[in-house]
Amino acid sequence: MNPIRNISRRTFVKSVGLASGGLILACNTSVFSDKESAGDKELASFNPNLFVQLNADGSLILIASRSEMGNGVRTSLTSVIADEMDADWTKVIVKQAVGDVKYGDQNTDGSRSVRYLFEPMRKMGAMARAMLITAAAQSWKVSVTECTAENHHVLHKSGKKIAYGDLVEIAKNLEVPTELTYKNPKEFKYIGKKLRGVDVEEYANGSAIFGLDKRLPNMKFAAMQRCPVTFGTVKSFDKTAALKIPGVIDVIEIPRMEKPFGTLGGIAVIASNTWAAFKGKEALKIEWNYGDNATYDSEKYMKLITENVHKQGKVGKDVGNVNKAFKNAHKIVESTYQLPHLAHAPMEVPNAVAWVQGDSCEVWAPTQDPQTARKEVSDYLGTPEEKVTINVTFLGGGFGRKSKPDYVVEAVAISKAMNMPIQVVWTREDDIKHGYYHTVSSQYLKASLDKQGNVTGWLNRFALPSIASTFSPGVDYPAGFEISSAANVPFDIKNMKVEVGQSPAYVRIGWLRSVINIPHGFSQNVFADELAVAAGKDPLEFRLNLIGKDRIEETEDPIKYDTARLKNVLKLAAKNANWGKPLPEGHAYGLSVHYSFYSYVASIVEISMPNNKVKVHNVFTVIDCGQTVNRDTIKAQMEGAAIFGMSLAFYGKITAKNGAIEQSNYSDYKMIRMNEIPKVHVEIVESAENPTGVGEPGVPVIAPAIVNAIFKLTGKRYYNLPLSDYGLV
Amino acid sequence: MITLQINGEKHKIDVAPEMPLLWAIRDIVGLTGTKYGCGIGVCGSCKVLLDNSPVQSCLIPVSAAEGKNIVTIEGVSENLQLLQASWLALNVPQCGFCQPGQLIAATALLDKNSDPTDDEINEAMIGNICRCGTYQRIKSAIHRTVELKKQG
Ligand code: FES
Ligand code: FES
Repeated sequence: MNPIRNISRRTFVKSVGLASGGLILACNTSVFSDKESAGDKELASFNPNLFVQLNADGSLILIASRSEMGNGVRTSLTSVIADEMDADWTKVIVKQAVGDVKYGDQNTDGSRSVRYLFEPMRKMGAMARAMLITAAAQSWKVSVTECTAENHHVLHKSGKKIAYGDLVEIAKNLEVPTELTYKNPKEFKYIGKKLRGVDVEEYANGSAIFGLDKRLPNMKFAAMQRCPVTFGTVKSFDKTAALKIPGVIDVIEIPRMEKPFGTLGGIAVIASNTWAAFKGKEALKIEWNYGDNATYDSEKYMKLITENVHKQGKVGKDVGNVNKAFKNAHKIVESTYQLPHLAHAPMEVPNAVAWVQGDSCEVWAPTQDPQTARKEVSDYLGTPEEKVTINVTFLGGGFGRKSKPDYVVEAVAISKAMNMPIQVVWTREDDIKHGYYHTVSSQYLKASLDKQGNVTGWLNRFALPSIASTFSPGVDYPAGFEISSAANVPFDIKNMKVEVGQSPAYVRIGWLRSVINIPHGFSQNVFADELAVAAGKDPLEFRLNLIGKDRIEETEDPIKYDTARLKNVLKLAAKNANWGKPLPEGHAYGLSVHYSFYSYVASIVEISMPNNKVKVHNVFTVIDCGQTVNRDTIKAQMEGAAIFGMSLAFYGKITAKNGAIEQSNYSDYKMIRMNEIPKVHVEIVESAENPTGVGEPGVPVIAPAIVNAIFKLTGKRYYNLPLSDYGLV
Repeated sequence: MITLQINGEKHKIDVAPEMPLLWAIRDIVGLTGTKYGCGIGVCGSCKVLLDNSPVQSCLIPVSAAEGKNIVTIEGVSENLQLLQASWLALNVPQCGFCQPGQLIAATALLDKNSDPTDDEINEAMIGNICRCGTYQRIKSAIHRTVELKKQG
């Protein structure tokens, strides 16, 4: 059964937010899986998810089901439909989908939007093109084989042509074709090319509406004071001073909702403007029950997990015989790496507008995951999901923070209590102090070398509070998905062991851009560099040998990784950087290569250290992410990832004392700024393989490459981040 | 009552004199292009021009802005428009959130320096954070604007 349907004439078209009158194609969720569609016996059970609407005036409305947060997804996904449809890009209008299962999985996380949706999008486009060609052939009374499509028109071999918009009336009544022909990739006009983002103009003139910019009539603003210690609760509070602030309307308590994405709870101040709400919050006097997490001291914790990785742990992988390899070693190298917690700190703080009316609720929020938000809101209100509408605004950055909708639940809780539309706004301090932190980690690596400098054994023992602890409180060891990126280290070593140490969580742990690849990418790349030094070899040559012969590595995952592609990106980066050629006096290169989100990325950085401060001059990044959709977006993501990676390498550190986070704003949780930037040179490998992740895999390579370059320049090895702790920035 | 002159238009607003200009612009006047990023003057998202100087509107009380000429991202100035065109040409924004502040800072730079060096650009833009890391393109877009102006 064809999952794509012509729904132009169907009555429910209006109910899904499209005007009737055009040619409208929709497909059901079966396009997302290999399983046959459960069937669309009834119209009612047909869940249309991807839409293409062509109007008589030629305008083409395409629905973006994933969230835009700087990832370029509204452009890349829709450009696939437009290309395959031979549409004119300037006629495309992108509409953002609300959160609904009918769109398939909308979670914009894990760098997978293009990977999952590339094929379904092509299918939609090819289908529309075929129908328009058929419509033209019918009106001209010629065979479809004599017609072709080009730039929003159908052409006949005689030379006559007709605009797409003029074909709507006929196409509307056609059955969708059962056989499709796809364009030859060589003929792609948008896919794999540079395309201007559909929203760039709105971003540049200030008219783009982010969550923070949403306004409703009679909407009030709310700010919330949460307990400094994770999961602490309110003992008592005094609202007198807060209520005296001009503009403050009310002060109410919001209890904690004990769910992974439930509100932390606290005292909410509702006011007629954001500033009054912030002032009211500062004026609150609250006594807290701090609870168990008040013992959390991140410095002591680092010592504890480091002790845990210096003794035997639980085995996560055991291949060959590591102990024997170590016993017969010519040389042993061992190192311990420590990385701190990080916060997402997207430029736009968490915020949401909610309006609860009776048993219904409408939300406007910058969310990466509107379906999860919808489910959480429906749970909170005890109302069916159909009564909850989640409108997705632009996101001022996400990086994983905005796929955790605790802030959406807060807005809903306050709106319900106040019986009015509410925008909850986190202060930057709230954002830094009450996040879902990137884990803190200690890793012990040990390897043996033989006389020729080959690595014969490799042990990686690490401890870090798991993301799983956020979902199953009490989890106190790294979870399977956190082990696999250590276990799948792409090195050709016969004897390998991975162990994990105990590491309970005292704050909410969450995924942050590139997630577990930050610690593992760091330790693997720095340690491999140390091994090259121990073997007396050039790091590039040593690394290519360590990755070993071309092979497809089996993992638990359906997509296997290919060591030839991994070596290729490293070789290309070396070529672009001119690895081996003499650099200016006082400059040095460091390299790093990592496989994550099914993509292959290598970076070579060039640094110097005037006055013992690290200056990064150049970053040469090469990515192989399979078939590319929008090359300029990929380039931009690699440029941004280099800066994100530098921020965490230079400054990224969240610490806790007595359970409370010590940092508060961009003043003490610093970011790379304009004066510190390198030139980032990006090469994207041409490939016909399936498209893979882009948003995250550029991050993990940066910090280790910098640390390796510092060693090359100074002979000093730094094992921990951030570099600001050593006074190096 | 305080009267603010924003983008050439007068707005009479009834707020506490110490309310930061940022919130008056966003919540009272209703122009949301000016963004909140930190509230303490360190990120630049809230930048506006106050009598042609770039300021962090989160730090300026409305009383201090009274009687002055305020230009936000929604306002029109020659350099702002030229810069916006370069922003589009080079696909500068990623999430876009910091870009109004970046454009205001860049406008202020070109208003007083028609041919800035890299160091002068760094100095003018150092107060603006972009968490997405679009700095390289911002710098190129400023250079491009300067070049196009030189060619007339
Ligand atoms: S919000 Fe004013 S500088 Fe950050
Ligand atoms: S474009 Fe996202 S913060 Fe600058």
